[in-house]
Amino acid sequence: MTKAQKSVADLKPGEKGTVCCFKDEVMSLKFLEMGCLPGSEVELSHRAPFGDPICIRVGGYALSMRLKEASTIMLID
Amino acid sequence: MAPSSLLKAALIGNPNSGKTSLFNQLTGLNQKIGNFPGVTVDKKTGISKIVGSQQAEIIDLPGTYSLYPKSADEQVVMDYLFDAFLKATPDFLIVVIDASTLERNLLLFTQVRDLGFPVILALNMLDLAERDGKKIDIPKLINKLNVPVVPINARTGEGIEQIKFAMACPVHNPPERYLKPVELAPSVVPAIKEHMKIDNDYMALLLAHQYQGMLSLSEYDKSAIDSIVKENQFQSTSIQSSETLKRYDLIRKIIKDTISTPVVLTDKGRLSERIDKVLTHKVYGFAIFFAVLFVMFQAIFAWAQYPMDLIDGLIGFLKQAVQSILPAGSLTDLLTEGLLAGLGGVLIFIPQIAILFGFIAVLEETGYMSRVMYIMDKVMRQFGLSGKSVVPLISGVACAVPAIMATRSIDNWKERLITILVTPFMSCSARIPVYTVLIALVIPSKNILGIFNLQGMVMMALYLLGFLAAILSALILHWILRSKERGYFIMELPTYKMPRWKNVGVAIVEKVKAFVFEAGKVILAISIVLWVLASYGPKEDMQEAKIMGQQEALAKQYTVVETENYIASKKLEASYAGHFGKFIEPVIKPIGFDWKIGIALITSFAAREVFIGTMATIYSIGDQAGETDSVVQKMRNEKDSQTGTAFYTVARSLSLLIFYVFAMQCMSTLAVVYRETKTWKWPIVQFVFMTAVAYVSSFVVYSFFK
Repeated sequence: MTKAQKSVADLKPGEKGTVCCFKDEVMSLKFLEMGCLPGSEVELSHRAPFGDPICIRVGGYALSMRLKEASTIMLID
Repeated sequence: MAPSSLLKAALIGNPNSGKTSLFNQLTGLNQKIGNFPGVTVDKKTGISKIVGSQQAEIIDLPGTYSLYPKSADEQVVMDYLFDAFLKATPDFLIVVIDASTLERNLLLFTQVRDLGFPVILALNMLDLAERDGKKIDIPKLINKLNVPVVPINARTGEGIEQIKFAMACPVHNPPERYLKPVELAPSVVPAIKEHMKIDNDYMALLLAHQYQGMLSLSEYDKSAIDSIVKENQFQSTSIQSSETLKRYDLIRKIIKDTISTPVVLTDKGRLSERIDKVLTHKVYGFAIFFAVLFVMFQAIFAWAQYPMDLIDGLIGFLKQAVQSILPAGSLTDLLTEGLLAGLGGVLIFIPQIAILFGFIAVLEETGYMSRVMYIMDKVMRQFGLSGKSVVPLISGVACAVPAIMATRSIDNWKERLITILVTPFMSCSARIPVYTVLIALVIPSKNILGIFNLQGMVMMALYLLGFLAAILSALILHWILRSKERGYFIMELPTYKMPRWKNVGVAIVEKVKAFVFEAGKVILAISIVLWVLASYGPKEDMQEAKIMGQQEALAKQYTVVETENYIASKKLEASYAGHFGKFIEPVIKPIGFDWKIGIALITSFAAREVFIGTMATIYSIGDQAGETDSVVQKMRNEKDSQTGTAFYTVARSLSLLIFYVFAMQCMSTLAVVYRETKTWKWPIVQFVFMTAVAYVSSFVVYSFFK
């Protein structure tokens, strides 16, 4: 069995990743318009208290999202 | 073009791009707020003097990231552009771009360009971009985009003159088509173009995506587009997704040649992130938030008192002036007790509303408010709310009307609806006078543990009670309401900035205006209706009341003033309002209320604080200084007609207090809920639910203490 693909929700603070694709097509529309595209580099800046939502750096700015939303952004291994 | 003609322009841009700052710079306080047709989202327009006698009318559109709306706020932009497209106004659009996130901001720019609008690009926040080490080659950018590009600093006002110059020159952009919509939807685009008789491919594509939500589209056109879309199996999601990807491809090509990006972020660019570490920390974050809240409420209660006393005094003075100038009679009464009393009821809230929204504006300007939403989201979500519900809930402490209007930024309908429904549970400023009187009546003013005043603590407990009611009702609604719609919390956390005081000032004026025009007119209208109900009644009853009142007063050897007041209270009893109070008495008896309180409950529908004035009339105090104290005194002396002991027992007073915490007694709020939800269903649900909660709680309290 292969290891499950990593999503933005799995990043640790300070950890970086590159977006590969999206699991949820409708949700992906919002990410795309916010400039979080396949191939974009993202970095987890910090998590809110209780671990959710999280804040990532993408396209030179800070973008916050709920964990459930973050788990639909898949990363390149 | 004639020198005195009025140019028309609209500002469009991402949230936090500095659009509103630019608007304020261009128009100063020369702004007015109207409504976009069919919706309640504020339409801000202002007049700007540009060059010579040339003036421009500028519209500030709500911030949006794209032309695919995700919230009520953003829908306005699309509807405005569609309307503008058909009418071929405005003369041009000013697209405000945050240079530090150029790539993301250009998405909207390319969409607007594809609609064929003449465009001026205002390039804002170059200083931020430079701080991040990005260098933008502006001549190259002009060359690539083929539109006037004006570097500005909306905070300092730099570049505003140049924007005005650019506006004064006729804008002729060569037509640009970034996207080829026919490639994405080969059969749909021509069909819609033909049906709508429009010549723009991209507008046709946008209609294919969005016809259902468009407010400005007729039912006939909607059904026509609907059949076109269904016939051709238009795949909205995937087409939109490839559109965005194609646009970003183009944008990246443009940017590659015009911008040099550093490899690593400079230390300064990381400043916001370092501040975030503290402000979103699980201990300090919450501690700081509660400290901010504390200061805010302190300010509302302490500072607002002075201007409120001033307004109170002014209205009292005007009433006396009218009474001394005009002869006594119905007209004078209508002016003083109907109109002026209603006006006073509106104006008295302005100081608290101004202070609270001033604070909120500062917190939003600095970027801190987004962090509050961020740290509160997880907690709020447990109750079916969103982090974004925090602002409406806090605003509800001043007035539910602007608070409910502030829910428009919540993009998930269910979360927004729950926020709208529970916000009126927050103790608003109109409840304070009622709380003050009833607390003074029943709670002894003594200190506990030497420092805490018991009355003050009860006051705080009432606020807490309102908040708990809001949260728990949200939880109930969360279980009941079902929604397939997804909620987004995908939100930009803007960098921290110093607040621009001009923007704060404008925001305060805006909120106060919204209150005066939205709530104010309802309060005023109801005050007048209530005055009629309380002044007139069945003829015989009213005459009898007058005669009986006179005789009884004579028997009791009252002075002239006392007699007048006594007759007034007798008349109120005989009036329609009095009849209504007696009519509902059987219903409110189980919670300890009599018909007199019944009248006050009804008149409270104008605004809850009318309770005091009504009580003053019922207990024949008349108009005099120190109304509150005399109301408390009179209520204390009121005897139970059966037992002869004090009427306002602890049980009865607490029951009344609890009733005012929970009951929905505000026509303005119901009216604004109707406008925001576009159906009477929700105001009715809200009214029934809140009244039921109030009734049951009062019943429990009354039974327990009795």
